[in-house]
Amino acid sequence: MERKETIAAVATAMVNSGIGIIRISGQEALDVIDRIFFSPSGKKLSHEPSHRIYYGFIKDEERVIDEVMVLVMRAPNTYTREDTVEIDCHGGAFLMQEILKVVLKNGARAAEPGEFTKRAFLNGRIDLAQAESVMDLIHAENEYARKNSVKQLNGELSKKITDLRKGILYQLAYIESALDDPEHISLDGYRDTLKEFIEEMGRKLERLIKESEDGRILTNGISTVILGKPNAGKSSLLNLLAGEERAIVTEMAGTTRDVLTEHVMLGELSLHIADTAGIRDTQDMVEKIGIKKAKEYAEKADLLIYVADSLVPLDENDREIIELIRDRRAIVLLNKMDMDGVVDEEELRDLTGKTVICISAREKTGITELESAIKELFDNGGAGSQEEACITNIRQRQAVMDAYKSILLVKDSIENQMPEDFYTIDLMDAYEELGYVTGETLEDDLIDEIFEKFCMGK
Amino acid sequence: MPNLEETYDVVVVGAGHAGCEAALAAARLGLNTIVFTISVDSIALMPCNPNIGGSSKGHLVREIDALGGEMGKNIDKTFIQSKMLNESKGPAVHSLRAQADKQEYTKEMRRTLENTEHLTIRQAEVTDLVVEDGKMRGVKTYSGAFYSCKAVVLATGTYLRARCIYGDVSNETGPNGLQAASYLTASLEKHGIEMYRFKTGTPARVDKRSIDFDKLEEQKGDERVVPFSFSTDPESVQKDQVSCWLTYTNEETHKVIRDNLSRSPLFSGVIEGTGPRYCPSIEDKVVKFADKDRHHVFIEPEGLYTNEMYLGGMSSSLPEDVQAAMYRTVRGLEKVRIVRNAYAIEYDCINPRQLKPTLEFQAIEGLYSGGQFNGSSGYEEAAAQGLIAGINAAQRILGKEQLILDRSQAYIGVLIDDLVTKENHEPYRMMTSRAEYRLLLRQDNADLRLSEIGHNIGLVTDAQYEKVIKKKQAIEEEIKRLNQTTVGANDAVQALLARYGSTPLKTGTTLAELIRRPELCYEMLAEIDKERKPVSSAVIEQVNINIKYEGYIKRQLKQVEQFKKLEGKKLSPEFDYDKVDNLRKEARQKLMLYKPLSIGQASRISGVSPADISVLLIYLEQLRREERR
Repeated sequence: MERKETIAAVATAMVNSGIGIIRISGQEALDVIDRIFFSPSGKKLSHEPSHRIYYGFIKDEERVIDEVMVLVMRAPNTYTREDTVEIDCHGGAFLMQEILKVVLKNGARAAEPGEFTKRAFLNGRIDLAQAESVMDLIHAENEYARKNSVKQLNGELSKKITDLRKGILYQLAYIESALDDPEHISLDGYRDTLKEFIEEMGRKLERLIKESEDGRILTNGISTVILGKPNAGKSSLLNLLAGEERAIVTEMAGTTRDVLTEHVMLGELSLHIADTAGIRDTQDMVEKIGIKKAKEYAEKADLLIYVADSLVPLDENDREIIELIRDRRAIVLLNKMDMDGVVDEEELRDLTGKTVICISAREKTGITELESAIKELFDNGGAGSQEEACITNIRQRQAVMDAYKSILLVKDSIENQMPEDFYTIDLMDAYEELGYVTGETLEDDLIDEIFEKFCMGK
Repeated sequence: MPNLEETYDVVVVGAGHAGCEAALAAARLGLNTIVFTISVDSIALMPCNPNIGGSSKGHLVREIDALGGEMGKNIDKTFIQSKMLNESKGPAVHSLRAQADKQEYTKEMRRTLENTEHLTIRQAEVTDLVVEDGKMRGVKTYSGAFYSCKAVVLATGTYLRARCIYGDVSNETGPNGLQAASYLTASLEKHGIEMYRFKTGTPARVDKRSIDFDKLEEQKGDERVVPFSFSTDPESVQKDQVSCWLTYTNEETHKVIRDNLSRSPLFSGVIEGTGPRYCPSIEDKVVKFADKDRHHVFIEPEGLYTNEMYLGGMSSSLPEDVQAAMYRTVRGLEKVRIVRNAYAIEYDCINPRQLKPTLEFQAIEGLYSGGQFNGSSGYEEAAAQGLIAGINAAQRILGKEQLILDRSQAYIGVLIDDLVTKENHEPYRMMTSRAEYRLLLRQDNADLRLSEIGHNIGLVTDAQYEKVIKKKQAIEEEIKRLNQTTVGANDAVQALLARYGSTPLKTGTTLAELIRRPELCYEMLAEIDKERKPVSSAVIEQVNINIKYEGYIKRQLKQVEQFKKLEGKKLSPEFDYDKVDNLRKEARQKLMLYKPLSIGQASRISGVSPADISVLLIYLEQLRREERR
């Protein structure tokens, strides 16, 4: 089968840096390295102990390519559970390419994207959640997605879920053993204990879901609508955000209606700014289609940016927008601060209850502040924070939401004073549903998922 | 020297609870059947507790009955007290338990066997299996007689190389001093069968006249007795019942035990067999639950014919003198006289993973087994396996499909799947916690679940099956009617609700909605349910349960759907797991050994992880895709 072949790839970023790593994995990894590696003492690595590092040279026939350290790791204690060799070389992009070429010439073939992980998964080294995160990592669009994937890969999500499952399993086991041995295990007062547990579990799952929402927004990009009355500076803001050397992707959103979306990178964040009625045109949205239409877009957006004109006193339009952004995630930009205005920053803050940032679209000031304000708005759930991994994948998210529903049903059962043996039905569901996240619960369509993820055997 | 030679279709070895069901099933299906027993007087013997049923075991008895087995009918004829357990809990864990008159139970079962067509009873010890080319050919007895046959059901219980022990006294006998079967083990091993050695135990029997009943709590039977068998007329079981009694061990009891632990053969290493964790001896309990200052002692009559009383909860293998001292510390037993000592018994049984879920040996065609021989414990567990083994032995000879019940169909399915799939190192006892879908597998609906299967096989009569179909229809119609019948918020309705402390109605609702309220039930609504026609109490029970717990039942059904998907992915027992090169070595070995019939079953094998199953699924999917190309 194809999986038996020995594969190789550059494992570090293909840029000029201090050090680079070329990884080889598979049955013939050691044969390959023996053909190209020469140590001063003349030893062949296939005869040397595992999990040690060796000094020597990579040669293409007689030509020395680089002076290297080679790490030898025999199966099964490796990432792929196969024999693995890593060549630590000098970090030039060209040099790494050269070494890889030699490796490929001597019996390995180039790994496909994610193939090391695919093997790690197939060989039972990592679970489905970890495997998924690697695939997410490969396709990561921005820094948040990348960081989150790395955390998931480290098994942080799995660990989190595993802990939750352990808690549920304990309660299940307790009820079951009390049913089996009522003489020695009592259910007196257990209802209250379980109620406490369930409420705590509910809160934890709620938090996971909330984080996953923020996580999804951060990794997929924040859908954003810019609001403001005529001439407040919406278009200059968009031009500013989209301009300079930042990436601009204009694409058809292709959803319910034909709306142009500007894909804008703002530092680590990606924003999908709905060009609702062509706010890049000089014509103004509020003028053109009225506040009613704007509302429709605004309702669906993750983020509202309200651009206020510091030179013109607040009027009916402003009040309507302020109403619109109430109870929403929104940021207020007080524009044209390079001139003497009439609108007071404090006043606007009191009126909206939101973060107000003074900017000048013309002078290009205040953008860094905007970036940190957005980050703060979406990141307090921990989605992008350094400590925790969150769920961003739809399959995982659905599983956690189902588990949450089951936990609520247990709560109902407790409140309705049902006999204890009824609790186990929904507790078991919650347990199994959380297992879908880590792949510990077997799912009927699991293979489809895997085949899709790893594009196998098409 | 010439030997006796006879020919049968089915040979059953052992006439305990498993052997009786196996023999009856095979004979009733028209096959010429012979059942061997070491003593005809010990047919369906109850060498331990004097009752049938109890938590989860009551479920098994009802399932046996629904499939056409005998245990339920036999206990209905011979019980002396009956009780529905766990009535304060949900309907899934209600369980029927009846005290038996042990002698009557034995006699009644013997009478049934003796009067069953195609069934021969023979007192002899089977010593050899005759197997040719992996196929069952017959058995030999100690005398050298040969009985040729097409299928064998082994149901040797605790008799194989049995040894009874208390203190440093050890007798090479089966239970109750009966002769052990000393030779068959060697023959089984010769045929490559892997044997285990298990142990179990029983408490002392004491003289009723030496008990001070004034100091005990009386435990009466139910006022209205529910029969075990769906075919028993409920009126026929309303009779005078005897009482059981409850007392407790105390610190003094525990001190006697602790002081003498070193003299226990369990702790001194004389006993090598593994005991049942869930049916522990009193010394086990004192050690395991060191913080408990007392344990229950149930004092139960052994029958109406005798003064012997059984001391449930106090099985032991301590020396005779310690037993006497220990029992006499218990309140009400201060002057107790022991009739029979408590003892532990060690016996040979098999590692049941060698069996298919049909209870046929993987390696020997036509060889089936059931009961304690398969590593289980308990009369009911034995009877359930005996029935399935007997049915399948017969079906094989008749060229019909083998019967496998899955975990969502019956406790019997759970029992057998656990035995043949999970690593089992101690006597296996049925428990409610083992059944994942227990809200569906209630003792009250065993007839609705399984009668059709029993009827198709031929063990349930047309008349009995007809009754079940009618019951099913009546239940469905009544539920439908209650869901469609509305009542308004009128005075009569509000008055009724007030009487039962139920919230008054704001607008009209259906009767089903009212039944769903925890404080109400079907019976209470009679006066506001004008169109109600008389229905049986069995139907009412089902209507109440199905309406009240509808949401839970639906969710459990969804779990079953998920379960069935994995059960539906079939594996061939011949599948070569060596071809799946990414399987971990342990998983591969386990799969080769257990030869699971489905992905679902494979996933339950201990040592096979979800990751292993993914690997297997991926391999199968790749194979499928390659074949399609």
